[in-house]
Parts: sequence; structure tokens; C-alpha cells
Amino acid sequence: MRFVDEFRDADKAHALAAKIASLCEPGRQYKLMEVCGGHTHTIYKHGLEDYLPEQITLVHGPGCPVCVIPMGRVDDAMALASDPDVIMTSFGDMMRVPGSNGSFFDAKARGTDIRMVYSPLDSLKIARQNPDKRVIFMAIGFETTAPSTAMTVLRAAAEGLTNFSIFCNHVTIIPAIKAILDSPDLRLDGFIGPGHVSTVIGCRPYEFIARDYGKPVVVAGFEPLDILQSIYMLMLQLSQDRAEIENQYSRVVPWDGNVVALRAIGQTMELRPYFEWRGLGFISHSALKVRSDYAKFDAELLYSVPGVRVADPKACQCGEVLKGVLKPWECKVFGTACTPETPIGTCMVSPEGACAAYYNYGRLTRTRVKEASTS
Amino acid sequence: MTTPDTPTTAGVPAVAPAGWVAEALREHEAASRFEHHGSPQPLPGTVREEMVLERIDRARRARPRVKEERIVMSHGAGGKATQTLIEAVFLEAFRNPLLEPLEDAARLHVNGAKVALTTDSYVVSPLFFPGGDIGDLAVNGTVNDLSMAGAVPLYLSAGFILEEGFPVADLMRITASMQAAAERAGVQVVTGDTKVVQKGKADGCYINTAGVGVIEHDISLGVANARPGDTILVSGPIGDHGITIMLARGELDIEADIESDTAPLNGLVAGLLAATPGIRALRDATRGGVATILNEIATAAGVGVMVNEDDIPVRAEVRGAAELLGIDPMYVACEGRLVAVVDSARADAALAALRAHPLGQQAAIIGRVTAEPPGIVQLKTAFGGTRIVDLLVGDPLPRIC
Repeated sequence: MRFVDEFRDADKAHALAAKIASLCEPGRQYKLMEVCGGHTHTIYKHGLEDYLPEQITLVHGPGCPVCVIPMGRVDDAMALASDPDVIMTSFGDMMRVPGSNGSFFDAKARGTDIRMVYSPLDSLKIARQNPDKRVIFMAIGFETTAPSTAMTVLRAAAEGLTNFSIFCNHVTIIPAIKAILDSPDLRLDGFIGPGHVSTVIGCRPYEFIARDYGKPVVVAGFEPLDILQSIYMLMLQLSQDRAEIENQYSRVVPWDGNVVALRAIGQTMELRPYFEWRGLGFISHSALKVRSDYAKFDAELLYSVPGVRVADPKACQCGEVLKGVLKPWECKVFGTACTPETPIGTCMVSPEGACAAYYNYGRLTRTRVKEASTS
Repeated sequence: MTTPDTPTTAGVPAVAPAGWVAEALREHEAASRFEHHGSPQPLPGTVREEMVLERIDRARRARPRVKEERIVMSHGAGGKATQTLIEAVFLEAFRNPLLEPLEDAARLHVNGAKVALTTDSYVVSPLFFPGGDIGDLAVNGTVNDLSMAGAVPLYLSAGFILEEGFPVADLMRITASMQAAAERAGVQVVTGDTKVVQKGKADGCYINTAGVGVIEHDISLGVANARPGDTILVSGPIGDHGITIMLARGELDIEADIESDTAPLNGLVAGLLAATPGIRALRDATRGGVATILNEIATAAGVGVMVNEDDIPVRAEVRGAAELLGIDPMYVACEGRLVAVVDSARADAALAALRAHPLGQQAAIIGRVTAEPPGIVQLKTAFGGTRIVDLLVGDPLPRIC
């Protein structure tokens, strides 16, 4: 199939893998973080680690929008949804995220009106069709999905809809990367930069990573060859002692980002002073809320939100996994108490979560893979 | 702190998580109690990883238990939750040797004759879709379940649950399509039932069909028969039905030239069984798709399964739609495709027999049964890597970005 197969060519992968291996200094270990959950998903789905020398370890970063939502926010959303006059709408990924009292799916089974949508504009459609109900969109995601929420708010305002609002949980990627760079228990050699986020914010915001922290960043696409090529570009920088921001995904990512999308975000949303991230704690200026000009679309102002904080279960090590300190399988409850059917931590919910990706696709040591392919 | 607009504030004391977490953790403690390796030294990474994998294997072998208090949609999606529901509720209640294999149809001995019996309910939405409707689906599905047991389908029942207000013209369109499908498959609908429920209590029209057939060949088909070295075949491109339905619901605003593959497979199976011995198991890849069947083979026979992504036939339109939606065609339902496990010495004969039938022209060998690792399905990706293909958890959810 065009535009897919050429990015999954095994011959090209072998050639790249050989070049990557040749760049490894003997005896040196490399830790590269793929920031984005979409990359984690690709890496596991295509078995990309099989191509990497043992010296290179991929560390899975915090760029999974579902994974970083704290349990308290889910409970808040559930409180909003429990009003019989409310129709709560949400992306599919969000439906299985556990709150204190189960997930959206569980609430749906108990009779709460929660509907899955593919785009926030679908929520708007539901609002138009149900004028006697109040429709709330559970907005989640990084700068990738924020523009579509922003456009939806703008359209709702233009149409003068009075029964639509958003429960805004949008987060921004740069503060999370900075929190990881400042984390004392982590030593990284470079970053595979998030692709979709960068289509919106561009590459400039990463410049501080090279300048202040001396780490290379390569913004990467989502096909397996994209990621392999990005690893090669990172290894090349490391072998030449360079730390620069490079754009492997130039077919989609403009260096300066998408100005129209950024303007829409800026028009409708502003930074919160701080926001709680699952496992990472409170990070200042790391999330967005609805701007006061659009307050009538802000569910947090329109309705009473309990604002509960729920402590992460002690045994759940999502934070360490999100920071890349632990491999998913090193978490104490991985695969036994915490599985994709009954996730305790958010990393197990979304297919982009590192734990779910590893559980669904990985669950084999490299030695086992070798045994099986020769048996 | 002056941030009245941010209800989730650092100042709010955190409350402890709910009871279900504590319960999951207690179970976990019990399961991992036997794990002390006795060595004070940290073990090498690969050894520790192996131990975790074994712990997971043990957890997965534990007796199935429905943890939800109420039925949720994933109980019907054909993946892990469905399997748990069937084993923990239905098998527990009805357990008997005929039910226990959980095959597509039960094999019975009646006065010396070998008979297969099956039943299936149809709740598809929309009722009419490109390539078929709920009527031919209800006939073909039951015909196929009988065929997978190696039986020649003979007679079907049809039960209708109709919602008040349902157009009679639509009902007649459905019954005409059922009759056409029955004629095509060479079966008769010989008994039936009608119930009408109040508006809002059903989604237009639900159909249940049951069917009986006779088993003429002297073979016992079943996924538990799979042995290391066996070959795995699929009778044609996968995922057509599921993607067609998803697009026909019109929620996605994607248009593609795809039709449901709904078709009776009894002719295809008859040709296959007549052509060659060495057929170990047949399964139609409906809900849960080919991936679910492969997992059933691995689990029931205690074997490994290795399939090659490059060899699995998928139409470009299906693949394109699945890529856009972030869904793996391996998990998408088919309604006219079967997966066959065949003695490798007979694989070529089986492939030729499938391809000789109009419904099997694009049949392909997709993989093989291995001794190791038991219970696990692996995929050699087109990209050249290896990964696990697990049972589906819940409905396939579209990824958000």
C-alpha cells in the first residue's frame, strides 16, 4: 500500500540497523527516550527493538495523553457526568481509564450518558441534536489535540450554542520534558522528539534541550523506518559530539509549527499556573484552561467540580515508568494486579501507554524471540 | 494560593484510592508469594524479566472471574472479557463434556449418527450494509459454525425479536435475504419464533438462529488438535466485514469501496475435507478476528503460533481504513473467512483445495504451529521485527492521535 509500505521496508531497516550498530562506541551504553506514546506503540507493534544493538536502550517517555491524567481528574469528570441532564463525551482512549469508582465504561454500564466521539466536533453535533441536555467534552491531549478543541470552542461561540462546554485537561509537552531533564535519577543521551505535537508547535521549542542540557533531539515520524532513521540521526550526533535539534519528520513538521493552530489555542486557552500529572506530580505552567473570554464554555466554571485529589496507589509505579526510570515490566504490579483488562495505572490503559504496549506486543525477552524464530 | 479557577490544586489533601485497587493488590500479593529466589544478589535483567513473564503466565492461567459488577460492552466484543464471561458464568453453570471444548458447534451422537448443533444471535447495526444485511448474516453465521465442526448444515431455526414501530417492509427485505442465503447454502429454515418488545427496548430487529447438521467425515476437528509443525491457512482477505460495518455506521465520515464478506462456507469446507486428510481444526474468524482464533489455537493445544504479517491477505481498502482508525485488521471480524490448521505435509493440498473454490481464491498460508512458547501467538512483522498478538482487551478503541 502506498505511503505505508515504503516506510516499513525490511531491507532498508537492515541497512539502517547496520549503520546504527557501527556508530556504537564499544563499551558505551546509550539511553534514548521516545517522548511520544505513538512512538512507543510503533516500536512495539513492529518489533523495532529487534533491530537495535543491546547497547541501545529505548526509554519510554511521558507523551501519552491518557497516561498523564491523574485519577482525581477522572473522578471530577465522572462527577460532572453523573448529572442526569449531562451528556459527557470523550475520546475512545479515555473510556477505560480507571477512576476511584471505575471507568467511563463502568459508569456507562450503570446508566450514565457517556458517549465516545472521534472528534470534539462530534460533541458539538450531539449538543445541537440535544438542546435540552448539557453536553460536556472531556478534552485531553497535548498540543496535538488542543487545536481541534480550540476550533470546537470557536465554532460553538460562532453558533451561539449555550449547552456545550469543555472539561479542559489539555497539557503541554515542553514542561514535561523539562521535568524529566531535571529529574535526578535519570541519565539520557538523547530524545526522539514527538512528531504530532511538533506539527503544531514546530521544532524551535526544543532548542533549550540542546543549548542548556547538551542533549540531541530528532523529531520523528510514526512509521518504523522514521523511528529507526531518527535513532541513526541521534547516534550520528552523539558520535560527533553534537547536540542539535534535527527534524526527521520534515514531510509533515514545519520548523515553526502550525501558526493557525497555535493562534486558535492562544485565542481560546491559557496556561494554568500548575497542573497535576499522573506520576510526575505538579508541574507549573504545564496545562491549559479555557480563557476567560470563553468562560461560558468552561465546564469547570459552569458546574461545581469536586476537585478531588486521589493519591496514586503505592504499588503503582506509573511515575517511574513515565520518567523512564523503570521498564514497564519492572513495576511491581505489572501484568498481575495491573493488566489491560483491569488497569491500576494509566500506562496500562491506552495502547500508547508504555505498559500496555509492552504487555500487548512485547512480553517476550529478546532471548525468547531468538529461540522461537529458530525453533 | 489564589487559583480559584483550578479546582485540582496542590493544597487539596489527596485521598486514598478506592477499594478495588486494594483488592487487586491483595490478589497480586497472593500470586507473587512463591517468588523468592533466595539469592541476595540482584539477578541479571533477562532472568528477572523471565520471572515477571512467568508470573504473568500464572496470573493468566488463574481461574477466570468476572470482576465487573455489571455487563459492559467489552463482554460482547469477542476478546478477553468475553472469554472470561463465558468461562466464569456460562461454563460454570452448564459445565458438561459436550460444552467444554467451547468449539463453534457441539458434536453430538444421536442414535449412532454424528450431529452438530449450534446457535448464534445477531444484533448488527446498521441492519443493512454494503454486501449484506442482518438476514443473510444470520443464516451464513450459523451455517459456518456448523461447517467448522465438519458438519453438513441441514436445518435452521429463526427467532425474531422485533421493536415496536419496526417497518414491515424492512422485515420482509430481511426474510427474503434469509431465504436467498438459505437456498445458496442448501439449508432450510424449518422452525421459528416471534417476539415484539416496546419501542426503545430493542434496536429494530434482533435475530437468533440455531442449526443442526450431520458429520459425515470420520474426523474430529478442534483447535486442541494443533501440533507443532502444523501449517496455518486463512481462506481469504481478512477484516472486510468489520471495517464495512464501522464505515456503514457513518460516524467516521470515511468512504471506501468495501463490502462485507458474509458468505456460507459449507461448500468451501466440503471441498477441503474431500480433497485431503490432515485437517486438524477449522474456525471462522468472526468477532475478535483472526488474532482471536490464533490465540484459541495456542491456548487450547498448549502450543506456540508464529504468523508472518507479510503473508496475511488484507485488502488495501481495509488496511487503509484500519491504519486511519488505528485498528489492527487481525482483530477485525470476518463473516466469510476461515482459519485452518493443517498437517504440514498436507498444506499444499489444502491450499489448492481452498483456492479451487470461488470463496477461497485468495487463500494463503500465514504461519505455523511451534512448540515454544506455549500459549503465545507471535507475529513476524512486515518490518522484520517480532511481536506478540494477544487477545483483544475490550472493543478496539480508535487512538486519539
